[in-house]
Amino acid sequence: MDMFLQFLVTGIMLGGVYGLVALGLVIIYKSSGVLNLAHGAFLLVMAMLAWTLADGMGLPMWLSIVAVLAVSVVLGYGVERVILRPLIGQPILATIIVTLALGFFLEGVAIISWGGDIVSYQKFLPREPFTWGPVIIPQAYVWSFLVAIALFILLLVFFRYTKYGLAMQMVSEDHQVARSLGVNVRTVFAQTWILAVMMAAIAGILYGSLHPLSMEMTHLGLVKAIPVVLLGGMNSLAGALVGGLIIGVAEVVGAGYIDPIIGGGFKDVVPLILMLLILLIKPYGLFGWVRIERI
Amino acid sequence: MRPTGTYDTSYARDMAIVRTPLQWGLLVVFFAALIVYPHFSGQYWLSIATLTGITLIAVFGLHITTGLCGQINLGQSAFMAVGAYTSAILTANLGAEWFLLALPFAGIMAGVTGLIFGAPSLRVKELYLAMATLASQFIIVYMITRMGFLTGGALGFRVPWASIGGLVFDTPVEIYYLVAGIAVIVGLAARNITRSRVGRAFIAIRDNDLAAAVMGVNIYGYKLLAFFTGCFFAGIAGALWAHYLTYLNPDQFRLVDSVWMLGMLIIGGMGSTLGAVMGTVFIELLDVLTYYISPALSAAFPQLPTNVTWAVSLVVFSIAVIIFLVFEPRGLSHRWGIFKASYRLWPYGY
Repeated sequence: MDMFLQFLVTGIMLGGVYGLVALGLVIIYKSSGVLNLAHGAFLLVMAMLAWTLADGMGLPMWLSIVAVLAVSVVLGYGVERVILRPLIGQPILATIIVTLALGFFLEGVAIISWGGDIVSYQKFLPREPFTWGPVIIPQAYVWSFLVAIALFILLLVFFRYTKYGLAMQMVSEDHQVARSLGVNVRTVFAQTWILAVMMAAIAGILYGSLHPLSMEMTHLGLVKAIPVVLLGGMNSLAGALVGGLIIGVAEVVGAGYIDPIIGGGFKDVVPLILMLLILLIKPYGLFGWVRIERI
Repeated sequence: MRPTGTYDTSYARDMAIVRTPLQWGLLVVFFAALIVYPHFSGQYWLSIATLTGITLIAVFGLHITTGLCGQINLGQSAFMAVGAYTSAILTANLGAEWFLLALPFAGIMAGVTGLIFGAPSLRVKELYLAMATLASQFIIVYMITRMGFLTGGALGFRVPWASIGGLVFDTPVEIYYLVAGIAVIVGLAARNITRSRVGRAFIAIRDNDLAAAVMGVNIYGYKLLAFFTGCFFAGIAGALWAHYLTYLNPDQFRLVDSVWMLGMLIIGGMGSTLGAVMGTVFIELLDVLTYYISPALSAAFPQLPTNVTWAVSLVVFSIAVIIFLVFEPRGLSHRWGIFKASYRLWPYGY
């Protein structure tokens, strides 16, 4: 029972991190209808950039975080302007391939710039684990979870009560209606991408405080975040968080009990199997908007 | 845009792929060039040609699934792996002479796997289907790695040379002829599917599957058939890959390879068989180019890491795909069509 409780709590904390990563994906889908398969690569590049600034050049951690956020503004705007805007009317396959290609491009650049090594941040979060009854949780996990919840609440408020958030939701539903109401669709797209890349930066840095940074982080965006987003529903912020929790718990509990039988590596496949199941049973996810097809 | 002066006097002429004597002549020259290619190509370019041929077979399969029928398949590399391991296990355990049987069986196994992982296409479309096939890419490779007792897992699997009758394909030239022959047959099959009833059903489903269903096309059956055919060709390509490299490892079949093949299809032009050929050749030549410029790059920038060749080819490939998607989404075959139309109409402008 103790082991199960440990798995459960670790899974919830891990799920918070996954939810954080997935929030970035949901933001982009919510306003432009594009599933950003390059999110994992953004995570990697932003995290490595923060490492270069903090450890390579010796800046204090908070300053490198601010610098990385500034870079992510530029990067988000650049990506939207150069790559995504020409593809606005194109069929969905084009956007899928373009985001995948963008992800590979960033991964290639990361390997060229940082050499494929495994590096670690200096510890900027306290190290002692929390102990809560029989359960031991590294403190970094708890902080990530809290940041995920905080960001989720902020985004909820942003999308519902500020005019920028409302404009984003309007644009995701219908471009013509949004334009007729005076919303500049191109500006909204740019704002969305900037916001999403900033979220990727935060998620990447937090993830980097939990695990050593390696080129495998791009994997995170594809293999872990996409099942979360599909499980929760692609338009839903709450779905990203709930989906993240479910996938996190399923992964840790499943791996904990099944790995010893099969021999390792099962935890990478659990989110994918869950994703296949949800695609077969409820394709739009738990909280997603169901698309009604008419001829 | 027809060549000038051609008109159809029979149904067969209307459906013909090759219309004029000039086109027949060019076709014969092309086959002659294929046959004599090994004699003046050198070892390296022969291996490039063989690899291009193997990839081309898999891309033809992808052309049928994604280009003709519109079902996005992000897991083609994993289906190649299924075919590769099937043929490898059969020939290793039963003997290399079984290759003639192992090859179609590899295709069938890959096709059946394609049916299983293509089943979501009955419920979901487009983006969600792409995600389901993405999952299949990882799950299949994971299962191959785990089933070490059969496949050798991460340690790899030694594959015997293929042999048909008494002829053992163990020199590069013989393998090239095998691959080239099968690639030509598969290309002809893919082109023929386009002008058959099945092909018309695929195209109808791609353009608007609800309308196709209303017209009486059995979309469920044809979607599954598209997946089966595409993965069948992938399985054959995988089997040839196995017997060419004679060493299999799950790391040879990554997501990057699947996306690479989709990229080839898109760069070449999605709806046409010629596009598949042009895209594959273009990307392979790009790969050769990065192979040549990487040493120069490493010499010019000494602080680059040693595995820069891989990263540079990744960067070059992604830039090529992005540029094509932004500037010419209909691909090289569309440009080629414009060129043909312009010289057929010359000196008129339109």
